[in-house]
Amino acid sequence: MKLIYFAWVRERIGLSDETVDLPAEVKTVADLLNWLKGRGENYSAALERPDVIRVAINQEHADHSTRLPDHAEIALFPPMTGG
Amino acid sequence: MSPTCDPLVRVQADDFDPATETRRLTAGRRDVGAVVSFTGLCRDENGRLEALELEHYPGMAEAEIARIANEATGRWPLTGLTVIHRFGKIAPGENIVLVVAASSHRRAAFDAADFLMDFLKSRAPFWKKEHVAGSTEAGWVEAKDSDLEDLKRWEG
Repeated sequence: MKLIYFAWVRERIGLSDETVDLPAEVKTVADLLNWLKGRGENYSAALERPDVIRVAINQEHADHSTRLPDHAEIALFPPMTGG
Repeated sequence: MSPTCDPLVRVQADDFDPATETRRLTAGRRDVGAVVSFTGLCRDENGRLEALELEHYPGMAEAEIARIANEATGRWPLTGLTVIHRFGKIAPGENIVLVVAASSHRRAAFDAADFLMDFLKSRAPFWKKEHVAGSTEAGWVEAKDSDLEDLKRWEG
């Protein structure tokens, strides 16, 4: 699975993107955020409040209950501040 | 309602010219009765800010703005719609975003431009970082609850 990070999520994790092999029990966006949080201090700092993290699957907004596709580009980012 | 026009969406580092973009929607046409143009600029917050830096999600930024623009053309009878959003470092006084909506009648043009800006603020994947004057400090702008309130105006 390809993961991409933006803004302070990117800065806190210290990576702009990575490819990960997800364990079988990670089925939804919420599972993914929870699993990532356990990968180290940088991840737990970025995802300490999972409720504020916004997610896009293949460049479309998705909510935390969405099931993950087998292969996708999943982006994690803070609430947007464009315009 | 089927979409009334094909929106023009651009995400770019370069500046844009609102007058040129307005002309693009009116040149050679006799059916346009109203053009509403909104330009968002970088302000210095009473001297506090040296610049804004806009990060974006390439690919999704264009796709998400196009989704919002297509929703607007389905909702209002527009003859033309242009949305341009810049990224990168932008100084106070410079342009950030442009929405130009053209229609036969003013209400559709006003409402479509207003709708586009409300949705761009909280759905288009851009993030602003503030560079503070006289300091190396830079901090991310936080999303406002009022941005989500603005979206509710268009429900139902």
